[in-house]
Amino acid sequence: MFDDFFTRALVAGIGLAITVGPLGCFVIWRRMAYFGDTMAHSALLGVALSLLFELNLMLSVFIVAAAVSLLLLLLQRRGALSTDALLGILSHSALSIGLVMVAFMTWVRIDLVGFLFGDILAVSEADIDLVWGGGILVLFAIVYLWRPLLASTVNPELAEAEGLKPERAKLYFMLLMALVIAIAMKIVGILLITSLLIIPAATARRFATSPEIMAVLASLIGALAVTGGLFGSLRWDTPSGPSIVVAALGLFVLSLLPFGRRSTGVVEHSSHGGHH
Amino acid sequence: MLNFKTPDQPPLVSLSNAGVRRNGRWLVRGVEFSVSRGEIVTLIGPNGSGKSTTAKAAIGVLKPDEGRVERKPGLKVGYVPQKLSIDWTLPLTVERLMTLTGPLKGREIDEALSATGILHLARAEVQHLSGGEFQRALLARALARKPDLLVLDEPVQGVDFTGEIALYDLIKAIRNQIGCGILLISHDLHVVMAETDTVICLNGHVCCRGTPQMVSQSPEYLKLFGSRAAQSLAVYSHHHDHTHLPDGRVQHEDGSVTEHCHPDDGHHHAGHDDHHHDHPHEHEHGHVHGPDCGCGHHSRLQGFDGKEKSRV
Repeated sequence: MFDDFFTRALVAGIGLAITVGPLGCFVIWRRMAYFGDTMAHSALLGVALSLLFELNLMLSVFIVAAAVSLLLLLLQRRGALSTDALLGILSHSALSIGLVMVAFMTWVRIDLVGFLFGDILAVSEADIDLVWGGGILVLFAIVYLWRPLLASTVNPELAEAEGLKPERAKLYFMLLMALVIAIAMKIVGILLITSLLIIPAATARRFATSPEIMAVLASLIGALAVTGGLFGSLRWDTPSGPSIVVAALGLFVLSLLPFGRRSTGVVEHSSHGGHH
Repeated sequence: MLNFKTPDQPPLVSLSNAGVRRNGRWLVRGVEFSVSRGEIVTLIGPNGSGKSTTAKAAIGVLKPDEGRVERKPGLKVGYVPQKLSIDWTLPLTVERLMTLTGPLKGREIDEALSATGILHLARAEVQHLSGGEFQRALLARALARKPDLLVLDEPVQGVDFTGEIALYDLIKAIRNQIGCGILLISHDLHVVMAETDTVICLNGHVCCRGTPQMVSQSPEYLKLFGSRAAQSLAVYSHHHDHTHLPDGRVQHEDGSVTEHCHPDDGHHHAGHDDHHHDHPHEHEHGHVHGPDCGCGHHSRLQGFDGKEKSRV
């Protein structure tokens, strides 16, 4: 049904954007942007392992991303280094190990640029099934985990004291992140996944009045960015992944412009008008 | 007030010889107390004395490394943590904050917000609230759950003196209305809520425990706080059998100095526990204060200005 490569790209991209919206909000609220980057970078190690052991690519990326996040949890518990430093170590080591391994495997030729920046115009119908199937799974899980995740974002001890299970929610959240990264790698690439998580969510903040509204808005804004980016890439013959990110950035910059600020600002202004 | 206490029932939470250890250091050790329905227990002690750690152990956020913590099965806790900062990126109104850990009916939310006097702020974003308003919002959230046990970690921090009295009055009203047990941590070493049934002074272990003395019974305090405050505040005067020296060692009543003050040192005597005082302004210290012995006995009364809270 999706004969045209462009339609396939659009359908897959919008599916992905809707999936990552709510996750992106949690990444921002929990200040985990660098963490998302680390998991994404480790995906290249997953690619290398999948080539070496002839495993399914997506499964292998998921396993490596999940393993890296668990490793981070363990290292954080030891508390010897700051999370920042640990992430820096994990992120670039995983990326570099992946690149070195690929270099050793002289018998395979892989398109590194495709993995780093994605190739959304090459998605197949099977990919679309994976994006939408995986996406629906992720969204259901997020809805199910919403309360413990949100409560532990505000304060983990509060969540724990009042009977929610913040540690378990955090673990599931990391697995969901790993799954999303495995799905998204082919579409926007390892280096750009986090931008699709963060930029639409940051754009949504300006217009959101509740966490739930922000999650929905982030999905919609992401879908808008994918659409705009893909049409732009078709029109000006630019690389599709970066074009999507540029479109997302454009929406973010628009959201910073001081139009339609909350009405309270206007009231305040008029009441203090006499002082000017 | 006594009708709220039900001594026949098992306590909501009880700690026996509980201790929490982090990185090879005991944060707090040998803690014994319990909270029953309708009972108010106040924990006091200098910074770093293990008050918050003890409260967290009581509600199960921290696991004790020794001793036992027993909670009534299915215990419903309402918790106001000491530090809570909500990231600006999270759009959260007071109303939405109320249902953070569990669903509530609209009526229950309104009741809790009215009780804490912030119903008009229901739609305000929490990041825009003042310190006192935010404390009230957190208290409203905890009490809207109709908890069995309310745990308040320095609920009056960042609140001015009048606000502090108002909050204590509110806590009293909550106890009287829903009959929950209350574990209160006070930032103040001497002045506690008048309704407190038991005061426990911590300094890495239980220094002493007792009942507070009503401010209104002491002319000196009455002069200091004013008659309205006197109904809500009480004074807890200390009796310690040892003091913590600046170098970490411990000087005991008999003048001897040891490395530790734990019960197994043999310097604690069961007889020192429950006691009353007749003269709140005269501290019956059985020990000599070092230059900064850390027990904080001087802090509030010499130049009462409520500055203690600003250090938090």
